Amino acid sequence: MCGIVGLFLKDKALEPQLGGLVAGMLATMCDRGPDSAGFAVYGDSQPDRVKLTLRGPSPAALQALVPKLAMTAGTPVAPVMRDTHLTILVPTACETAVRDEIAASAPEVTVVGAGRRMEIFKEVGRPDTVASRFDLARMSGTHAIGHTRMATESAVTTNGAHPFTTGPDQCLVHNGSLSNHNAVRRTLVREGLSFETDNDSEVAAGYLTWRMREGLSLGDALQASLRDLDGFYTFVVGTESGFGVLRDPIACKPAVMAETERWVAFGTEYRALVDLPGVAAAKMWEPEPAKVYFWERG
Amino acid sequence: MRTVDLAVAPLRELNAALHSLKPETNERRWRVLNPRGAHAVAAGIDAAVRIEIEGHVGYYCAGMNKFATVVINGNAGPGVAENMMSGKVHVTGDVSQAAGASGCGGLLQVDGNAAARCGISMKGIDIVVKGSVGHMSAFMAQAGNLVVLGDAGEALGDSIYEARLYVRGSPKSLGADCIEKPLRDEHRRDLRRLLDAAMLGGEVDVAEFKRYGSARALYHFHIDNLGSY
Repeated sequence: MCGIVGLFLKDKALEPQLGGLVAGMLATMCDRGPDSAGFAVYGDSQPDRVKLTLRGPSPAALQALVPKLAMTAGTPVAPVMRDTHLTILVPTACETAVRDEIAASAPEVTVVGAGRRMEIFKEVGRPDTVASRFDLARMSGTHAIGHTRMATESAVTTNGAHPFTTGPDQCLVHNGSLSNHNAVRRTLVREGLSFETDNDSEVAAGYLTWRMREGLSLGDALQASLRDLDGFYTFVVGTESGFGVLRDPIACKPAVMAETERWVAFGTEYRALVDLPGVAAAKMWEPEPAKVYFWERG
Repeated sequence: MRTVDLAVAPLRELNAALHSLKPETNERRWRVLNPRGAHAVAAGIDAAVRIEIEGHVGYYCAGMNKFATVVINGNAGPGVAENMMSGKVHVTGDVSQAAGASGCGGLLQVDGNAAARCGISMKGIDIVVKGSVGHMSAFMAQAGNLVVLGDAGEALGDSIYEARLYVRGSPKSLGADCIEKPLRDEHRRDLRRLLDAAMLGGEVDVAEFKRYGSARALYHFHIDNLGSY
């Protein structure tokens, strides 16, 4: 099972409602994935600043880190606490120093996402509860992807929840199960990548990261995954400017897309889309198997 | 006519009410509003009633149908009319994968396109798709007719038994043991009957179709066919 939702706004007027719309979509997919949930939201950016999403064992542990990171960055870091996650904005030139500081003074805190615009939140629990813990409903932005997980391949943990980051401003969510993930993981470990879980989707994310590190574009990396990843999957990848969709050639895992003048949406089921504004008049279709789709801001 | 609005009435109440209909019931016309992609809407009916559903439905709509006519004014999710025994299911939009799966009888009519595996393991159902069907359609089809006015995806009729497949456009490829066969008068008559039943009357020329069926080479194990099993 598992549920995926994605929403890409064409109409700027809807941007303040992004979180609210996606929270509703995610809640509808609770019964496809009640174990855990996560989402990536693409919000504002600032010149020469990188946004880091940190996850810690408690809000206090993250809070304690803020002054140290501001010191390292040499400037206030605009901290926003959301339950077990903290987002900060640091000068791009200081990113490495800030990451080093986090690793040195709070090894229990992990950087779960980085980019100009992307913020990633994920936790164990019912998706609607997870969404309200992070106050998703009040987030704004241009696009977001979300995932509700019913674990099949590995344990129900926060690290095993989606999205998985694949690079700056990039993340992946997956519905399905890969059958050759152990072999692919071994190859990727030899290539220098490291993995935190036994999760098959983390391997898919690592695979895309590796392919792009080797010089492929995201689209070409997805295309290559058709050859190298064996199993069932619908992937949705978030990028700074939009999102992409790929279904495996057998296409067992359901997927529906809808588009209006104001937005493009992805749902594992149509149920996830029913409350979007103007959905009754939307163009609706099922993505073709083995075909890479992208929606990007012009 | 009885109207049930799923925005306010629980789906289980609707289905329980439909299941309790006796053959001699006077409640022969039903209208269902706001299905909002719900699963198993009007599944398991065993009475000659007519149900019109206004909007898109999710998985298994009208599954196991017996005698009823179910009209879906919208799209349907995976497995619409799966295991249908008799009656008619008419979808005015598109349908997702495995439409009419394992159906034993009745008619499934789709005005739009059908996705992958349409008519998988069909066992006597008739399926008429006005648009195109996706890959692996009629996989292991055993009996019945699949009529496609558009094109068919990869591996049409893979491992097919005795179902008859009629395609007006072109299949991307034929599956293992599926071959083109001559369209004889009896098949033209069959096609005409099916198109009439799907209210496509005189607008379609049966001579434009090609017929596909089983080469019957994989029925029994033969070592030379090992690669095809």
